[in-house]
Amino acid sequence: MHLRLELREHTPLWLNLALPFSAVLATLVLCSGLVALADANVIDAYSKLFLSAVSSRFNMVETFVKAAPLILTGLAVTVAFKAKFWNIGAEGQLLAGAMGAAFVGGIESLPTFSLVPLMIIFSAVCGACWALLPAVLRTRFKVDDVVTTLLLNFVIFYIMTALLDGPWKDPLSGYPDSPDIRMDAEFPILLRATRLHLGVLLSLVAAPLVWLLIRRTTLGFSISVVGENPEAAAYGGIPITRVLIYTALISGALAGLAGAGEVGGLHFQVMAGISPGYGYTGIVIAMLARLNPLGVVPAALFFAIVVTGAEAMSRATGVPVFLADVIQGTALVTMLIAQLFSTYRVRTHLSASE
Amino acid sequence: MSDSDLLLSMRGVCKSFGVVQANQQVDLLLKAGDILGLLGENGAGKTTLMNILFGTYQADQGSISIQGQPVEIHSSADALELGVGMVHQHFHLVPRHTVLENLMLGRPGKGGRLDQTGARDRLEEIGKHYGLKLNPDAIVSELTIGEQQRLEIIKALFRKAKILILDEPTAVLTPKESEGLFSALRALADGGMGIIFITHKLYEVREVTNRVVVMRGGAVTSVVEDPRAVTEGSLAQMMCGHELTPPEKTTSQLRDPLLKLSGISTRIPNRPFLKDVDMVVHGGEILGIAGVSGNGQRELADVIAGILPPSEGKIEVKGNTITQSSPRKMQKLKIGRIPEDRMTTGLVTTLPLSSSMVLPWINHPNFSRLGILRLKAIREFTEAMISRFGIRAIGPEVRTGTLSGGNLQKALLARELAFDPEVLLASQPTRGLDVAAADFVHRKFLELREAGAAIILISEDLEELFTLSDRIMVMYEGCVHGEQSIADASVEKIGLMMAGAEAA
Repeated sequence: MHLRLELREHTPLWLNLALPFSAVLATLVLCSGLVALADANVIDAYSKLFLSAVSSRFNMVETFVKAAPLILTGLAVTVAFKAKFWNIGAEGQLLAGAMGAAFVGGIESLPTFSLVPLMIIFSAVCGACWALLPAVLRTRFKVDDVVTTLLLNFVIFYIMTALLDGPWKDPLSGYPDSPDIRMDAEFPILLRATRLHLGVLLSLVAAPLVWLLIRRTTLGFSISVVGENPEAAAYGGIPITRVLIYTALISGALAGLAGAGEVGGLHFQVMAGISPGYGYTGIVIAMLARLNPLGVVPAALFFAIVVTGAEAMSRATGVPVFLADVIQGTALVTMLIAQLFSTYRVRTHLSASE
Repeated sequence: MSDSDLLLSMRGVCKSFGVVQANQQVDLLLKAGDILGLLGENGAGKTTLMNILFGTYQADQGSISIQGQPVEIHSSADALELGVGMVHQHFHLVPRHTVLENLMLGRPGKGGRLDQTGARDRLEEIGKHYGLKLNPDAIVSELTIGEQQRLEIIKALFRKAKILILDEPTAVLTPKESEGLFSALRALADGGMGIIFITHKLYEVREVTNRVVVMRGGAVTSVVEDPRAVTEGSLAQMMCGHELTPPEKTTSQLRDPLLKLSGISTRIPNRPFLKDVDMVVHGGEILGIAGVSGNGQRELADVIAGILPPSEGKIEVKGNTITQSSPRKMQKLKIGRIPEDRMTTGLVTTLPLSSSMVLPWINHPNFSRLGILRLKAIREFTEAMISRFGIRAIGPEVRTGTLSGGNLQKALLARELAFDPEVLLASQPTRGLDVAAADFVHRKFLELREAGAAIILISEDLEELFTLSDRIMVMYEGCVHGEQSIADASVEKIGLMMAGAEAA
C-alpha cells in the first residue's frame, strides 16, 4: 500500500474547522506520555490544566488578559507572513511600542483626555517604524528579512535596557525600570475588580479588522498575491515594494499595540522583562491559526489557557509547569502537519496486482 | 504476438481521480525498435498513462509487463531500475553544473568516488553511436534548450533505459533541432530501444513514428499501424472526434500605429541584451516574432509590458511617448499580456481561480471601490469567464493550480481579453496546448485583429506564426534580424534568419 498526496481543488469549511481541533487533540495525546512520566493521572492533569482557566470569573478574565498581547503579535506575524515578509521581529516591535506608550504616558504637559489615544497611536507608530527598517533593507538592498528582523529584536532590547539603566531609570525605586506612567494614562478597566483593560478589547477588535483587511480590501488582495507569487504580482501591475512596505508597517503597528496594552493596562512602566517572548510566541500562534486572523484569537486563548492552567496543574498534580512549553511546541508541529491535510488529499493506493 | 516478444505491454489500465476517469481500459504495446506516437488532446489521458508507466501514479486496475515479466512500478526509481526513462517537458537538470556532473548525479561510483573517466568514455560512445554529442565540460545553463534536451536523453541512456518516454519534446525546439532529435530517435530505435513519443503535432507523428496510438477521453480510440498512410486530417479527426478546419484569416484593414518602439536597448546582467530594437505594430494586424528562445524575445516582451525599463530608446503608445513605464501604466494604456510561463508569471496557482482572474484588474471600479473588494462582482466575473471561454473548472473558488494547462491558458486569455486590449502581447500562447485549445486561442486572436486591435505574437512554433501573422519579424541575439510580410516569407527563409543568416 502506498500513500500519496494530491492537491485539493478546494478545502471544505468543515475540514478547515476540524483540523485545528484534531491537531490540539493529537498534541494532548502526544504529551500524555510526559504527564504519565511525572507520575500523574493524565485525565486529572489535563482537566486541571484546562479547567482552572475557566473555573472562575477572575481566571477567565486573566486568560483574556494573557491572550491579548499574543493575539496582537499573532496578528502582526499573520499579516507579515501572508506577504512572505518573514517578520521574526514582533518581539522587538512590541518593545518599541511599549517604550513609545510609556514615554507618552509620562509626559506631564499632555491633557488627560488625549493621553490614552496618544499612547495607543504612538505605540503603533513606534512598532511600525521598527518594522520599516528591515522592510526597507529588504526591498532596497535585498537583505534577508529573517536575519534583520530577528537581530533587531536584540538591538532594541539592549537599547531599552541601556535606557532603563541610565537616563530612564526610575529615580524613586532605583530599579532598572522606567518611572510609572501618569495615573490618568492608565488604560480604563472594563470589568470591575479584574484586570480586563482597554488593550484586551483592542486585541479582540483588531482580529476581525485584520481579517477584513486581508479578505476584503485591495491591499489585502495584493498582500496575498505578493506572498503567493511575486512574479505574477509584478506582471499584474501590483507594486511589490509598496505592498511589502505597507505590510511591514501594519505588522509592526500591531505588535507595537501589544506593547501599549502591557504598559497601559498591566505594568504602567517599562522593565526589562516586560515581554516573556510574546513576539516569538506570536509566530507559533500565527502558524497555529494557519495565517487566518480570526483563528489567531482561539489560538492565543489556547496558549493563554495552557500557560495559566500549568501553574494550577503543577500545584495539584506535581507535573512540572514546563509541560506548557512542550504543549505549545508540539501544537505547532501537529498544526503544520494538519495544514498539509487541508491543502492535500491523502490517497492510499493498492498496487494494481494486489 | 505474445507478451514475451514485447518490450512493454500495458493492459487494461484504469485510473480515476475522484469522478474523473483519466484512463479506462487502456492497452499499450511497444516492441523493440518501435517509435510509438501517443497522440491526444490535453486531458485525453496520455500524461496519466505515462505517469503510471513512470511510477508517478499507480493504476487502479490493469497490469504492466516489461520484456514479458509482470512488474510493479511504485516510483520513478522503480521505473528507472526497470529501464524506463522519461524526458519531461520541464528539464530536471542542475543548471550550474557541467554536463558530466549532471550525468553522474545520483550515481556515485565505487566507494563513494565519482567515476569521471568512465562517464566521459560513455558519453563519447553515446555520441558516436547515436549522434548525441555534447561537450562533457560545458555548463548546463550555457547549453541551448535543444542541447539540454539531448542531455536529458543521454541521462536516460546512462541509466540503461530500454524504453524512452518523451513528453512533447519538440515544443521547445527549432525546426532544425527537431530534425536532429528525430534522427537521434531513429538511431536509438534501430539500436533496439522502444520510444514513446507524446505529441499533438500531427506532421511529426507522420514524420517520425511507425505506429500511433490515439487517445480521447481517457481511452484508446484508434491504433494506426502505418501513420504515413493516413492524412493529417484523419489523424486530427481521430484525436478530436470531429473535423477541424484551420481558422480563416480575412484581410483586415491596417489602421494607425498603436505601439512603436525606437532604438530600444536593455542591459540586464545574466539576460540577453536588446540592441537598438525598432518595431511598430498597427491596429488590425498580427505581428509575429520568430526566433530561437533566448534571443531577446522575452526581454522585448518585458519592455512592452513595462516590467523591464529600457536603458535607451523610446516607447510610443498611440503617438504618445511613454516615460517611466510600469506594468500598471501599460495596462492603463490597454496593453494586455499573455506571459510565456503561465504558472509563474501569469496566474497564482495557490490562490482561488477568481483571484488569478482579477489580478491585474483589482483596482478596476468593477472589482473594488475605495480599496474595498467587491467579492460578488469578482465571483460573477469569474463565472462569466468560465462559461464564455469554456474553462473546465468546478467554480470560481477552485484552486488555480488544479486546472489543466489548456484551461489555465484559456483563463489567462479570458483575463487579458476581458477589458478589450488595444495591443495584445502574447508569448508562446499555445505552447503545450492541444489542437482544439490552440485553435480556440487562434480564433480569439483573429477576432481581436478584426476588431482593430494590434497583436504581437511571440512564438517558436513557425506553423502558428505563418497561420496568424501579417508580418514576421525575426529576433537574433537581441537585434531585429529581419522582417518580412507574410506574402514574401517562407519557412526556409525565416528558419535561416532565426539561425543568424542575413535576410536575402
